[in-house]
Amino acid sequence: MNQQPAIAPSTARAAAQSHFRTLRPGTPFQPRIDALARTNDWYNWAGYRAPHSLWDEELEYFAIRSQAALFDISPMTKYRVEGPDAEAFLNRITLRDVAKLKPGRVHYTAWCDDEGFVLDDGTLFRLSPTRFRLCSQERHLPWLLDSAIGFEVIVEEETEAVAGLALQGPTSFAVLRDAGFADVERLKIFDIAEFPHDGSSQGTSRVTISRTGFTGDLGYELFVPAEHALSLWDRLMLAGELRGIRAIGYAALNRARLEAGLIVANADFVTAVHAVRPNRLRMPDEIGLGFMIDFDKGHFNGRRAIVSARAKKRLRHVLVGLEIEGNIPAEHAMVYYRKSQEVGLVSAAMWSPMAKRNIAIASLARPFGDTIVDDLWVEIYAMRELQYQKLMKRAKVVPRPFIKLDRRTANPPADF
Amino acid sequence: MKSWDAIVIGGGHNGLVNACYLQRAGLDVLVVEKNGWVGGAATSRELTPGFLYSNCSYVCSLFRPEIMRDLELPRFGLQVIAYEGGAVFTRDGDYLANYRDHDAHRREFARFSRRDAEAYDRYARDVTRQCRFIQPLLMRTAPDPTSFRPRDLGELLYLGKKFAGLSAEEMALTLRFWTMSISDFLDEYFETDVVKANFALSGIIGTALGPMSPGTAYVLLHHYMGEVDGSVGAWGYARGGMGAVTQALAASFEASGGTIRTGAEVDHVTIRRGKARGVVLASGEEIHGKLVVSNADVKRTFLKLVEERELPDIFLRRVRNFRIRGSSGKVNIALDSLPEFPALPKDSPVYRGDMHFTDSMERMERAYDDWKAGRWSADPFLDMVIPTTLDPTMAPSGKHFMSCFVQYAPPKVNGGDWTDADRDGFAESVIAQISDYSPGFRNRIVHMEVRTPREIEAEVGLTEGNIFQGELTFDQLLFNRPVPGYAQYRSPVAGLYMCGSSTHPGGGVMGAPGRNAAAEILSDLAKPTKHMSPAHDVI
Amino acid sequence: MTSFDAIVVGGGHNGLVSAAVLAKSGRNVLVLEAAGDVGGAARTEEFAPGFRVSSIAHLLNRLHPDVVTTLELEKHGLQIARSAFVPSVALSTDGPPLVLHGAYGEVLTGASPTGQTAWKDLRAQLLRYAGILKPLLARRPPDLSGMSLLDTASLGQTALALKKLGKEDMRDFLRVLLMNVADLLDEQLSDDRLKGLLAFDATLGSHLGPRSPTSLLGLYYRLAGESGGAAGAQILPKGGMGAVISAICVAAEKAGVTSRTNTPAARIIVEKGRAVGVALASGEEIRARTIVSAINPATTVFDLVGPLEFDTGFIRKVKNIRMNGDAAKLNLALDRPPQFAGVDAAGHKGRLVIAPSPDHVERAFNPSKYGEFSPEPVMEITLPSLADSSLAPDGACVLSAVVQYAPYALREGWASGRGKFLNAIMAQLETYAPGIGKTVRHAELLTPADIEARYRMPGGHWHHGELQADQMLMSRPVAGWSGYDTPIDGLFLAGAGSHPGGGVSGAPGLNAARRIIAMKG
Repeated sequence: MNQQPAIAPSTARAAAQSHFRTLRPGTPFQPRIDALARTNDWYNWAGYRAPHSLWDEELEYFAIRSQAALFDISPMTKYRVEGPDAEAFLNRITLRDVAKLKPGRVHYTAWCDDEGFVLDDGTLFRLSPTRFRLCSQERHLPWLLDSAIGFEVIVEEETEAVAGLALQGPTSFAVLRDAGFADVERLKIFDIAEFPHDGSSQGTSRVTISRTGFTGDLGYELFVPAEHALSLWDRLMLAGELRGIRAIGYAALNRARLEAGLIVANADFVTAVHAVRPNRLRMPDEIGLGFMIDFDKGHFNGRRAIVSARAKKRLRHVLVGLEIEGNIPAEHAMVYYRKSQEVGLVSAAMWSPMAKRNIAIASLARPFGDTIVDDLWVEIYAMRELQYQKLMKRAKVVPRPFIKLDRRTANPPADF
Repeated sequence: MKSWDAIVIGGGHNGLVNACYLQRAGLDVLVVEKNGWVGGAATSRELTPGFLYSNCSYVCSLFRPEIMRDLELPRFGLQVIAYEGGAVFTRDGDYLANYRDHDAHRREFARFSRRDAEAYDRYARDVTRQCRFIQPLLMRTAPDPTSFRPRDLGELLYLGKKFAGLSAEEMALTLRFWTMSISDFLDEYFETDVVKANFALSGIIGTALGPMSPGTAYVLLHHYMGEVDGSVGAWGYARGGMGAVTQALAASFEASGGTIRTGAEVDHVTIRRGKARGVVLASGEEIHGKLVVSNADVKRTFLKLVEERELPDIFLRRVRNFRIRGSSGKVNIALDSLPEFPALPKDSPVYRGDMHFTDSMERMERAYDDWKAGRWSADPFLDMVIPTTLDPTMAPSGKHFMSCFVQYAPPKVNGGDWTDADRDGFAESVIAQISDYSPGFRNRIVHMEVRTPREIEAEVGLTEGNIFQGELTFDQLLFNRPVPGYAQYRSPVAGLYMCGSSTHPGGGVMGAPGRNAAAEILSDLAKPTKHMSPAHDVI
Repeated sequence: MTSFDAIVVGGGHNGLVSAAVLAKSGRNVLVLEAAGDVGGAARTEEFAPGFRVSSIAHLLNRLHPDVVTTLELEKHGLQIARSAFVPSVALSTDGPPLVLHGAYGEVLTGASPTGQTAWKDLRAQLLRYAGILKPLLARRPPDLSGMSLLDTASLGQTALALKKLGKEDMRDFLRVLLMNVADLLDEQLSDDRLKGLLAFDATLGSHLGPRSPTSLLGLYYRLAGESGGAAGAQILPKGGMGAVISAICVAAEKAGVTSRTNTPAARIIVEKGRAVGVALASGEEIRARTIVSAINPATTVFDLVGPLEFDTGFIRKVKNIRMNGDAAKLNLALDRPPQFAGVDAAGHKGRLVIAPSPDHVERAFNPSKYGEFSPEPVMEITLPSLADSSLAPDGACVLSAVVQYAPYALREGWASGRGKFLNAIMAQLETYAPGIGKTVRHAELLTPADIEARYRMPGGHWHHGELQADQMLMSRPVAGWSGYDTPIDGLFLAGAGSHPGGGVSGAPGLNAARRIIAMKG
């Protein structure tokens, strides 16, 4: 009686059923990473099994700063944005002026909802006049599709289809050159170019290399179709053998990015779609991204709200770099004014080997960190053998990045 | 002759919660229960040898953890086991599963729509925000907006402040949310029919409304406000069946010195000079009490147990107009083996969760159209669980108990009372639907109990078999529940209180009405309430 | 190039009201109308040789008194006399009809004595409760993001009116506010004809059945309207609805409004986030300080401005406005006046309603949920030529009916569905007015799809968006932008898609104009 005509499910849909057996699938590089995973120290990156560390968290960090470190960025969310209106579409969504982004260039950007609250930050690659790749921490397909109403543009997620690697560190250029990526020295910071790979000079197996990274160091990011991922890995590892190339996990990268003063969505601020508590929402000016906003480019999402918040002085928070006395990392410490008034929270902290300073990124309630920068303190609870050592340490607001390495932008890149 | 401090009519979960709190405040409390067992609609009954049936309510989530702790229910045997999954079977031989793991959930939805898979986060955020607004209201007595007593003003102010604490966007969403249909609400987030059907079912369970009826978005909220040990919105099985909840309550009550009399049906409440003085049982026996609390629904209490002349006309009119609509039935089945669903991989966690067969909004709504026309649904909506996949205590080894909650079942069939033939026809619609997805299902059936609104009303005493003791529409929520002017657990009769699901915050095995009523009673008696935990913080 | 202070896009009644009020304030106003005539869905049109009819709206029952007085419409030829009030007749196949005389049944005939008493009580209660909501019609909805003193004061007034009800009445008001109409009727009435009529009135023009929660609001909305100072009163304007438009036009012209017909706006010109003019389909551009869109909000946003100028969340909200209509319009040219069984001459000049019971209305509603039309539709019928012979040739008759439910997105498509639906309507009419079918000289059935095409109303919805609780007040047309402003500076909305909603009330147009004047726009 209840039988309704049966339709066969699409075979692709049926084939995908089995995903429940693998809750944390690997990336296209997983066979290589698994082979190198001595610590078996995994974490969940956007649903993927990603290494927290592979062999030694500390030494992995030093691989970034003194050799070349290879880090799998495949789990990063990637969208292909293509069409005659792609530039206009992205200009409406993001804060920066996309018209100023030339083909073959990348910029770091962010995007907001109507209220001017940050949905995410990410990198925008202009691969051609009408083709872009938007990379971000979180997923935004409904937002991007709804934003595309009225624009001639295709938005497609390509996270699984495109594998990505970050090759970072002083010898990274030399590794690429030795791996046969001819003319890679021409890439200036934020440049992109395509290179032949797997015997193909064009078509689907080409590698897109950008001189970008998340370490504040000389470095590159490489994108390749998933099916050519392993050969790319092998090509780099082989070429880098004598240049000290090492695969690394996230813990090392996280240190490098903190030294570089870079922020991470849902670590240093809560993205708007995930903020259940309204007071966790942040405007660009409240997380140090105010510099991106380009009011000359016409309308963009959140523009009215941002203009109004600035005009009415409704910005409530500020994200600052702190230098803290002593050497005990102040991870998640409360920030106080005059040791008594609670004014904020540290979201990331470490002893910086490169700066030889105890650094942190903190979110403070204005005017603290904005007009009042003196007499700030952090309360560090250092767990030592089952006891908290409670320390009240003086904190100084300092500019980010905490370290500045000339080799990051040197042209041509140095051959270490 | 003995006069109890309080007599609680009805040993359902709210009656027992109420009795426990009163007893622990030092009162001498008697619970009188019509059936030979306590539990009301939260029972585990051995209806065929070796099988325990959760024959009314069948899953647990809403029961307030504050009450579990206050009344030491784990010590008396209560343990809740969370579901491992759930699914809606689709007519094309596939299914849409719900997995606990966030990423598995997303990947599963992406099988049908990548957009919907990613839309879930915003949906979850918005629903969570609404839950956080409502949740603290569950354990509070609703204010009377027409009263200018400081307490009501204070509560109104609390509500107002909570509301004003929302952003303008949230306020607007809250106002819309309370009046929207779940179908329209879901349309604003999702594009795929089966995805919508998957979420919409929480908007209709227990109500006499279809997913396209305004107000069903709120019903969804009502089902999302629960938790399993801090996992908000999760559902689970009570180990040993839902009777474990009321058994633990009864044991807790008795351990604190309370008295339960089963097989004691109340004929009426004795009222002298406008004050409740006790109850008279069907047997004619009179029991004296200083106050009486009724766990029965508001209609049963005031239209059957209290004489009309004791009640003001306007109150009676409103009680008569209170809508308790039978809309659901149960088919409880003992199985000699675990049924197979060819669509479902054998190792799927979905077996250990809730399963459904209604894969479109239209099918769900059409099932409701049948109810409106006075028929049971030809293509019913089922909420089907096999608790024995997680709780081996409910059936002999290797055998299984299956509970099917069925919508819609009208209180009357084409205007007439349910007959046995109707009941069998109703059961057949359920078995036929399951069999469509599980060949050979019939052959596994060892025993079956079919409960239409007729059976539920007769046994449990729920008017029309309505599981919420009254519809959860706005006209019957908060200060309107059960009736305006009497939304604070008191009645026009001094010393007669209400503590059932007819009162705020409504139905489901939640316990909050019983607890809130106890707080009001103890406040009237100027007794301390230190033994009652305040509502858990929502931070 | 001439330039204007304000350009009103859309010459429907709200556009005209808005233009007239703005012009009276001293502004130089231009109205742009795409069609050959102004008036939108409130025109009087010839639909068959010699037969004229009110295009969509055919009864005047809610023209706002502030509109009438502000524009001095009575001076300009509009007649709203008590003597013109027409009755509502609830038709029945089982016996004589029930007639509500005067302003929404001040006198009821055809009912039992107990039925009379029950109606008297219910009518008084409905009017009392609708009266509490009435002041909300002529003001901006409160702004949730920052309640101004005025907002608080107006809410305070509502609260005060509520308190004046007395405790028990206030309790009932709060209880029934969001209830379904069928339950309320069942609580208080027993006559199916009367209940059917009220259930029909509550759901007319919306995608709700009488058993849908919140459907009672539809009845309040109707009763919050008034004619000649009497709540719920209805009039068949002489000359059809076009006569109302004519009066507004006279007021507009006197105030100096320029109007251009056959002039569709192609686009609203936005520069630096500010609306500065309108580009016509011809390519001509006209500049103005203020642009008032009195057409559908979604059309305004998507077609005239374009999504580029708006935030994505706003676009999302506009896209989510539900505006698929369920009401069709039937115009019949008849050889002679029909005879509805049991209805007297006065009744024939009134509003004849086929909605025999709430259950019948509910059953008619069911198919519309699935994109099917009602096999036994419900409808309100007027025979305007009986009182105004200018509308039809001698001896002939015009029948004008609003029929539900005819879902805009008919699953089978209106190309094949139209004929079937017309047959279903005619079968109903034949039951109540035997022989009518043979007298049909011409039949024009406007489905929502036709209404969309002809009157540029997306979804064919005369409210330009479902008038349900979640799309009312602060949520109309979308939450955050309910006060006639838009995210574009200098662009305002003035159509039925804005608060308080549709029907020939002029209230959105009036409120928008007042807002613009207050903003010095």
